[in-house]
Amino acid sequence: MVLTIDQATYDAIVAHAKRDHPVEACGVVAGAAGSDRAERLVEMVNAAGSPTFYEFDSTDLLQLYKQMDADDEEPVVIYHSHTATEAYPSRTDIGLAQEPGAHYVLVSTREHGNNEGPVEFRSYRIVDGEVTEEEVAVVAQLSSN
Amino acid sequence: MAIEVRIPTILRTYTGGEKAVSGDGASLSALIDDLEANHPGLKDRLLDNGDLRRFVNVYVNDEDVRFIGGLDAPLSDGDEVVVLPAVAGG
Repeated sequence: MVLTIDQATYDAIVAHAKRDHPVEACGVVAGAAGSDRAERLVEMVNAAGSPTFYEFDSTDLLQLYKQMDADDEEPVVIYHSHTATEAYPSRTDIGLAQEPGAHYVLVSTREHGNNEGPVEFRSYRIVDGEVTEEEVAVVAQLSSN
Repeated sequence: MAIEVRIPTILRTYTGGEKAVSGDGASLSALIDDLEANHPGLKDRLLDNGDLRRFVNVYVNDEDVRFIGGLDAPLSDGDEVVVLPAVAGG
């Protein structure tokens, strides 16, 4: 398994994580259903506003899913940041993961916080409580289909 | 007339893959019992100890049911119910 993501989307996720640090940032990258193409970044509000927890606001969540449904999209990537720990799914992340088809991206801002500097950016599948890390391939642009 | 219930991907194993099913009930609680009769196992994924699960969101006509009475939220023919798992973690 591999997550293929374009540079602009990758950079935008990292920028979101840095901007919201020390609160966890979260969002999705939607794409056409069944395509596995991460095409449309949607930054979400972390309703928990917490450095150790994230939850999409429930009203925003409904709007997001209605929009994806109308456009025949699905959440290809679900991302959030860890602000004090490594970019690996926590026990809570694993317990609450309910999109077995999604790439779960974890970004850790623990080293540089809001500042410039590299971050950990890793991707996983989380299915029935089982975590499988996958390669992240950052490309200039997604290939046209 | 009936109540349309939108089912999220992860729960479609209980609905034979259907994205939406219909049910009846004058309250959310009654609707869930009605759904359970036709889609056994669904109730347990929505409720925990008789309450809505913390990380399952249910909406009636775009309103989060937590703000309109929870399981007692009244329903009428033609209402649209949406079930969505919370997207959350630590």
